[in-house]
Amino acid sequence: MNALDIRSLMIDLPAPAGRTPILRGVDLALQPGRIHGLAGESGSGKTMTGLAVLGLLPSGAHTGGRITLGDTDLLALTPGRLNAIRGRQVGMVFQDPSSSLHPMLSVGRQLTDHLRHHLHLDRKAARTRAADLLAQVRIPNPEEALDRYPHQFSGGMRQRIAIAIAVACEPRVLIADEPTTALDVTVQAGVLRLLRRLCDDLGLAILLITHDLGVMSALADQVSVMRDGLVVETGTRARVLTDPQHPYTRSLLDALPGNARPADPPAPATGPGEAAPGDRDEPTRSTP
Amino acid sequence: MNQTTDDTLDTAATTARPVSRLLARLPRVWRSPLAAVGALLVLGWLIVVIAAPLLAPHDPLAQDLPPLAPPGAGHWFGTDELGRDVFSRVLYGARVSIPLALLLVVLSLLIGGTLGACAGFFGRWVDEIVMRIADLVFAFPTVILAMVVVAALGASLQNAVLAVLIVSWPSYARVTRGLVLGIRNREFVLSGRLLGFSAFRSLRVDVLPNLLGPILVLATLDIGTAMLLLSGLSFLGLGAKPPTPEWGAMVADGTQQFDSWWIGVFPGLAILTVVLAFNFLGDALRDALDPRTARSIGDGRAHAGHVEGERAA
Amino acid sequence: MSRRWVPSSGAGGRLRPSARGHHPLARFLARRAATAVLLALGVTLVTFALTNLVPGDPAAANLGQRAIGDPAIVAQFRHQYGLDKPLPAQYLTYLGNLLHGDLGESQQSHQPVLDDLDAVVPATLELAGAAIVPSLLIGVAFGVIAALRRNRFTDQVLRLFSLLGVSVPTFWLALLAYYLFFYRLGWAPGSGRISPDLTAPRHITGLYTVDAALTGQWPVFWSAVTHLILPALVLTAYTVGLLTRFTRSAVLEVLDQDFVRAARAKGLPSRTVLFQYVLRAASVPIITVAGLAFGNLLSGTVLVESIFAWPGLGAYAYRSATTLDLPAVMGVGLVVGLVYVTVNLIVDVLYGVIDPRVRAQ
Repeated sequence: MNALDIRSLMIDLPAPAGRTPILRGVDLALQPGRIHGLAGESGSGKTMTGLAVLGLLPSGAHTGGRITLGDTDLLALTPGRLNAIRGRQVGMVFQDPSSSLHPMLSVGRQLTDHLRHHLHLDRKAARTRAADLLAQVRIPNPEEALDRYPHQFSGGMRQRIAIAIAVACEPRVLIADEPTTALDVTVQAGVLRLLRRLCDDLGLAILLITHDLGVMSALADQVSVMRDGLVVETGTRARVLTDPQHPYTRSLLDALPGNARPADPPAPATGPGEAAPGDRDEPTRSTP
Repeated sequence: MNQTTDDTLDTAATTARPVSRLLARLPRVWRSPLAAVGALLVLGWLIVVIAAPLLAPHDPLAQDLPPLAPPGAGHWFGTDELGRDVFSRVLYGARVSIPLALLLVVLSLLIGGTLGACAGFFGRWVDEIVMRIADLVFAFPTVILAMVVVAALGASLQNAVLAVLIVSWPSYARVTRGLVLGIRNREFVLSGRLLGFSAFRSLRVDVLPNLLGPILVLATLDIGTAMLLLSGLSFLGLGAKPPTPEWGAMVADGTQQFDSWWIGVFPGLAILTVVLAFNFLGDALRDALDPRTARSIGDGRAHAGHVEGERAA
Repeated sequence: MSRRWVPSSGAGGRLRPSARGHHPLARFLARRAATAVLLALGVTLVTFALTNLVPGDPAAANLGQRAIGDPAIVAQFRHQYGLDKPLPAQYLTYLGNLLHGDLGESQQSHQPVLDDLDAVVPATLELAGAAIVPSLLIGVAFGVIAALRRNRFTDQVLRLFSLLGVSVPTFWLALLAYYLFFYRLGWAPGSGRISPDLTAPRHITGLYTVDAALTGQWPVFWSAVTHLILPALVLTAYTVGLLTRFTRSAVLEVLDQDFVRAARAKGLPSRTVLFQYVLRAASVPIITVAGLAFGNLLSGTVLVESIFAWPGLGAYAYRSATTLDLPAVMGVGLVVGLVYVTVNLIVDVLYGVIDPRVRAQ
C-alpha cells in the first residue's frame, strides 16, 4: 500500500507568451518507511512536484493527473480540506532554514502553533511535545531552546528544527526539498542521518528532492530521475546507480568524479592519483 | 536550462549591462496604461514649457483684462485681481516650476549621489561624516528647515531652490550608499580591484552602471516631491516674488480672493497633474526594474532605525 | 512520539551563546533611551548652530528703519538678547536656561518663548493627532488589502488613489476643501479651533477636545471636533497615500518570503498566516513609515494652518522664520527636534519589541 501515489502529474504555469509546461506526466510512488529520492538538474521540475503535493504552487498554475494520499485525491480537494492535510498528513522541509523559519517567532511558537491547531492540544501539552520533538532531533537543552529564536541557532540546528516542525503532527509523508543544500558539508551528514532515523522510527514515507547524487546515494531506498518535467527512470538505489538504463541517468552519473561512484562496494585499495575505471575528465555539474 | 520558479540558488551576479537590462524591459512598461498616461502628460507639459509664448493668448504680466472675471470666452481660466489672464499665467508658470524642479533633482542627485557613493565605497570616516550630516538634515521637517533657510537668506526663487536642495540631497546619499554597500562586495567588483583597478576606476566602471537604474527611478519619483516643496515655499511667500507667475504663489493669491475660486484652483490643478504624471512614470519604471533592486529604493528609503525626512515614494 | 531520545551534544552544532544578560529587552531600552538623550542634546546644538550661522542679521529684521541707523539702539538690542557674546558662551547660556525651562523671550511677541509654545504646540498636536490616527488605520488596512489582491481591480484602484494622495499639493487641497465645504456648501464650520462665539475650555492639556470633555463643556467639545474635521482630513490625504504605498510594498515583500510558504505548508489557517506571520514581519517597515508619516504631518501643518487660521506651531514657525526671531526659531527647532527624537525612540523601541534580532544587537 503506497503512502503517496502520483500519477500522470501535469503542471503548467502562465508565461508571457501562453503557458509553459513544467511537469508533463510524472509518476511516483512513495512507500511507508522508505526514502524515495527524486534527482534531477535545476529546472527539471522536481521542486514543483513536491510543492504540488501540498498545493503550494505559484498562483495561476494548472494541474492535471492525480495525487493520491491513502484514498484521497489531493488535487481534487477544496482549499479548506487541503489545509487540514497540510502539516498533519503531509509535512514539508524547505531548502534554506534561515528563511523558512520566521525570524521573529520563537522556536517553541513555530513548533506548537500548528500542533495546537491540528491536534487541539492545550498549551502545556503542546510545549511538552515540542520539547520532545527538539530532543528527538538532537537539539541540546530543548526546554530552553523553545524560548529562543532561529537566529540564535546555527544552520544545521535550524534545519533540524524545521524537520521537527514538519514531523510534529506525525504525518504519513514528508517532503524534503533540498534539505541539505544550504548547509555546510560538515553538517549535512548529521541532518541526513536524522532523516533516515525518523523514517525508520516513524514509518514516514519521505520524498527526498535533491540534485546531489551523493546525497541520494547515502540515503535513498528508491530513486527516480527527472528531466524536463518527466521521470525518465525509477528503481532501487542500487540498481539505478550501478546499472542505469536511461542515457540521461548515465550521463548524470558519468558527470560525477569517478571515485564518488555511489553504492559500489568499497574499492580495492588503489594508489593515490590512480583514476577509477570509467572516470572522465569533466568538472562536476552540480554544486552543493 | 530554462528558468523555472524553483530556481532558488540565484547566487550568480547578473551584471551584464544593467542599464541595458532596464532598457530591454522598457517596452513592457508602456503596456501599463498609467505609464502611458504619465508619459503623455509629461510630454504635454514639456511642450508647454517650450512653447508657452506660442500657446498663451495673453502676456502673463499684462494687466489689461477686466479683473476678477470668471472663466469664459477669451480667458478660459478667468482673470485675477490685477486683470491678468490666469490661463496664460498657468502656462508660463510651467516655465518657472518645471525646469526648476528638474534642475533641483539633477543637482540633488549629483551631490547626494556622489556623496552617498563615496560614503558607501570608501567607508569609515567618509561614511560617518556624510551620514551624520544627512541625519542632521533628516532630524527636521523639510518644510520647516527649508523655511528657516530661505528666511535667513532672503525670500527669492533662487534661495528657495537652494533650500530645497539642502533638504533633498540626503535622501539620494542614503539610497546610493545603500546600493553601493550592496554592490561593493560583489565578486565582479572585487575581481576588478584584484586586477588592479584604482578605487575610482572601480567606482566608475563597476559600481556606477549598477546604480543608474534605481537612481533613475528615484529621481523620477522625486521630481514631484521637489515641485511640491518648491511651490509650497512659494505659497508661503518664501519663493517666487510677484509678478512672476509661479503656481504656488498663484494659489496663495487665490486664498486672498476667495470668491474668485479660479485664481487658486487652476494653478494647483497644474501642480497636481505634473506631479501625478512624474509619479506615474516613476512607478512604472520601478515596476520594470529587477525586483531586487526595486526594493532598495522608495520602499527602502525608510531605512530601519531612523525616522527620515518626508521624502515619499 | 514513541521513544524519547536522550539529547546529545554532538549532533552537529551548539547553541549560540545568547546576548549577555537575561533581560535583553531592558538593556535594549536603556541603550535606546541613552541615545535619545544624546540626540536631544544634539538637537539643541544644531538648533543653536543653525540659527546663529545664518547670514541674516536679526537686528536688521526686527528693528525699524530708523532704529537701524542708530548704533546705540542696535547695540542695546544686541546686548539685550545676548547677541554680543562669543558663540560658545551663548550656547552654554542657552543650554543652562533650557534646563531651567527658560527658552528666552520672543523678539516679536515680547513674551517668553515657552509661553508662546505652550499656546501653539497643543493646537498642532491636536491637529496632528486627529490626522495620524485615522491615517494609520486606513492607510495600513488599504496597503494590506492592495497587497493581498495584487494586480487585481481592488489593487489598481487603491494604488491610483494613493498615488493621487501623494501627488496633491497640501496647501491647494486645503484651499479647495475650505472653499467647497465651508464657503460654498456650508457643511464645515469656519476657520479657527472653535466657533468665535464660544470661549476656549480651561487649559488642562491645551487640547480643546480633551479639555472640553474633561470639564463637561459639551457644546465647546462639539465645536472643537467639527473644526478639526476639515484640516485633519486635508492632512490625512497625503498620509493615507503614503502609508498605503509603503504598506503595500512591505507586505508584498514579506509575502514572497519562504517562511510564509512554510507556514502555509503547516496547514495553518489563512488568517493566522496573515496576522501572525505576514503582518508581524511587515510591521517593521510599516512602523518606520508611520514615523516618517508623522514627521510629514508636522510639515503639512505649516501649510494648512495658514488657510484654516489654526493658531498652531506651523504658523508660529512661519512667523518666527520670516522675522528671524531667533529665540522663537530656536524654540520651534527645539520642539520639533525633540518630537522627532521621541518618535524615533518609540519607533526603535517598537522594533526591539517586535524583532528579537534587533534586541540582540
